[in-house]
Amino acid sequence: MSAPQRKPSTDVQKDASMAKQKAMIDSNFERLGNVRNSGEKVSYTFVPGNLNELVMCFDMVGNYPEINAIQNGLRKKSGGMIMEAEKWGHSEDVCTYVKSDIGMMRKGNIGPTGQPIPEPDILMLSYTGCYTFLKWFELLRHDYKCETAMLHVPYTGDNKITKSMVQYVVKQLKEEVIPKYEKVSGVKFDIDRLRENLANSARAEDDFVWVLQSAKNKPSPIDAYFGGIYYIGPIFTAFRGTELAVDYYQTLRSEIEERIRKGQGPITPEGEMKNEKYRIVTEGPPNYTSMRDFWKMFYDEGAVVVASTYTKVGGTYDFGFRHDPSRPLESLAEYCMHCYTNRNLPERTRMLESYINDYEADGLLINSIKSCNSFAAGELMMMREVEKRTGKPGAFVETDLVDPRYFSAANVKNRLESYFQMIDQKRRAGA
Amino acid sequence: MKCFIGIDLGSTTTKAVVMNEDREVIGRGITNSRSNYDTASAVAKQEAMIDTRFTLLRNNLDENDKLKDNQDVFLHDLERNFRREQFVEQLDDLQTTCLRNAEGERFNEVRTDLTEVLASVFDNLREESLALYAKGAKRKSDFFRDIAGGRFLTLSEDFSKQAGISYDYALNVYDKSIIEVENRPPAGNLEGKFFNGLRNLTRESPELGISFEDVQKPVKDALAVELEESFVVGTGYGRVRLPFPKEHIRSEILCHGLGAHMMYEGTRTVLDIGGQDTKSIQVDKNGVVDNFQMNDRCAAGCGRYLGYIADEMNMGVHELGPIAMKATKAVKINSTCTVFAGAELRDRLALGEKREDILAGLHRSIILRAMSIIARSGGISDQFTFTGGVAKNEAAVKALRDLVKENYGDVTINIDPDSIYTGALGGSEFARRAVMEA
Repeated sequence: MSAPQRKPSTDVQKDASMAKQKAMIDSNFERLGNVRNSGEKVSYTFVPGNLNELVMCFDMVGNYPEINAIQNGLRKKSGGMIMEAEKWGHSEDVCTYVKSDIGMMRKGNIGPTGQPIPEPDILMLSYTGCYTFLKWFELLRHDYKCETAMLHVPYTGDNKITKSMVQYVVKQLKEEVIPKYEKVSGVKFDIDRLRENLANSARAEDDFVWVLQSAKNKPSPIDAYFGGIYYIGPIFTAFRGTELAVDYYQTLRSEIEERIRKGQGPITPEGEMKNEKYRIVTEGPPNYTSMRDFWKMFYDEGAVVVASTYTKVGGTYDFGFRHDPSRPLESLAEYCMHCYTNRNLPERTRMLESYINDYEADGLLINSIKSCNSFAAGELMMMREVEKRTGKPGAFVETDLVDPRYFSAANVKNRLESYFQMIDQKRRAGA
Repeated sequence: MKCFIGIDLGSTTTKAVVMNEDREVIGRGITNSRSNYDTASAVAKQEAMIDTRFTLLRNNLDENDKLKDNQDVFLHDLERNFRREQFVEQLDDLQTTCLRNAEGERFNEVRTDLTEVLASVFDNLREESLALYAKGAKRKSDFFRDIAGGRFLTLSEDFSKQAGISYDYALNVYDKSIIEVENRPPAGNLEGKFFNGLRNLTRESPELGISFEDVQKPVKDALAVELEESFVVGTGYGRVRLPFPKEHIRSEILCHGLGAHMMYEGTRTVLDIGGQDTKSIQVDKNGVVDNFQMNDRCAAGCGRYLGYIADEMNMGVHELGPIAMKATKAVKINSTCTVFAGAELRDRLALGEKREDILAGLHRSIILRAMSIIARSGGISDQFTFTGGVAKNEAAVKALRDLVKENYGDVTINIDPDSIYTGALGGSEFARRAVMEA
């Protein structure tokens, strides 16, 4: 008899909110694919520090290039696109989101759902700590020769957001960003419309935070990393500020309330996680091209991720921030500065420490990304510090975002199994 | 008696350790991992069980007055003769398999000649085995494929030429047959091999003054003990292929950590360089793992890197260390890519650098890579234990000692001659605990 080595079944288990989320994401691709008919203008921007509520004020449709890369990764399309970008001279070490996007363009700009991705009318760069984003849009500007707006968000290097930092961002919004959007869209900015959108955001954010924090239950009803990626979809992208997002998070919340009532664990593609053996905190983005395999390695061992920093790249709402309709521009400024990517290392370490303690986790797992230096730099140091402060063991695996060539399954599995067994061994030793 | 077995399925070799109820190691076995992990694990286990029989025999002989002064010599000679019996048995199996494989239609035209070639080759191999296992003879490897394969190819080339047929026929038959033979666990009949070995021994070493009858009973008694496989724990890269359930499988990180602790109780940092892994493990005073780091994505700088370099230089992997020890300086060589390192090596040779100096540089670069992994796992705490196949390489050990001193000062460095069994040792202790401390 061989040791159990079940292959993933072909049927993926999903719950209602997952189907709803997928329909929402697909609808935005459809809207993007239809701009030739609808005449809508297109705004490209990135997830961290995005100004979706503001963009909506100009009746524009948002396109998120890294979401396209992720969706292409999940659909196993990114590998060919990356190779295409490399054919055009992009090096192997460059961020694979960038190469997936450039490769998609070079192959005719057909998006993940098969709809064409329209050219941008404006490239809106909100700089929140990722230098590569800046270069990425420079590459796109070179090709599209369109309007570009840049919002320079001060880095929260000493972990304080001062009044002058907020004013600095607001001034740019007023003098640079809004006028450019007015010019491109032909729509006059209406601050009341922005307030309305921000009110929707805050409502969705309340439910979203409730969902994330539901992982404090034992067993946790959610997986805050693999499952969390689905949960952040609407609020991190073109739906923040919409009624649809409010509705989605209400549905999600009720679903999870029900799961808690029944004492159920998270739904994974392999089925419900029935026996929560390990509660893990993760740092770093996931691997998208082998996500199901990666998740299954956790599922097989009974490991649930109870908190992750990656689900905070589009906002650290669980530490109290909410969009505020009474201070519309100021609140947008603060939102940008609060994004995880804009946080300094001591603050990221403090967040991880609090996750380990608040979610009663067994340890910290870092998935370090080969082609993402802005995430990876300092991660090992953070791990050591978190280990020291919490007494819980850390572990380190390395994969990539959307480049299938950099997921070495046997190696990752080996490390994960070693890590979980190490936790087990420590528990026995401590017992 | 109860036996607790740890099996470490590495990418290059598979090791097994047998432990008794008193936590004593009573047997060790090793084989090449081949392409079939199930067989590798069965063979390594069988070898460890044979070794266990020798341990039992040693205990039985303690009371034997005739062997008071030369028990070690006797046991060593007996094992050598036993190995020859085993080798000849596998040769017979290989010959039968070759003949069967030569029955295919494609050999119709040359069958008579080919059968004669094979008969001559195997007659010679059997003849040579006497010298191969003679007193004081050195074998380049303990694995059947390595010992028999090289000679088969040389002999069959000569005999094919004499018979006027293409050497390819014998080569084809061999390639197919050696895989079949390797993937067939060796036959049983231990008693026959022990007794034949014993007869040979008494014939070739009259000076020991031992007759067959003197030791027949202790041998019989050692073979009669029932060895009960109470619990088997598997570890290593091939562990998922092991034919037992999940709860019998432990990660090699845990097994190496515990194994190193058992070899040297004061161990706090373990470095293991195996075929495709470099692992740095921090353990506490009980051998429980605190932290670990491994090489990622690329295995340059591991044992296989040395294997590749040895191939590039047309040498045996065991020759690299001794040559590098003759170096007067270490030439800088990169360790980030095995293939590039091979190219760099040829480049340095062409530039007139000495082979030993280049090899010293290669060993240093392997250890430099390991030092980075050690640093990432939390550095070196006293005591430091070095394990794995590469720990047998004296040049690698020298480079390690130098770099440890340079970076961490005076640290106790432990290297056990049996360090290749560290993972299997940890596994056997996990197996013992699973039963005795459950």
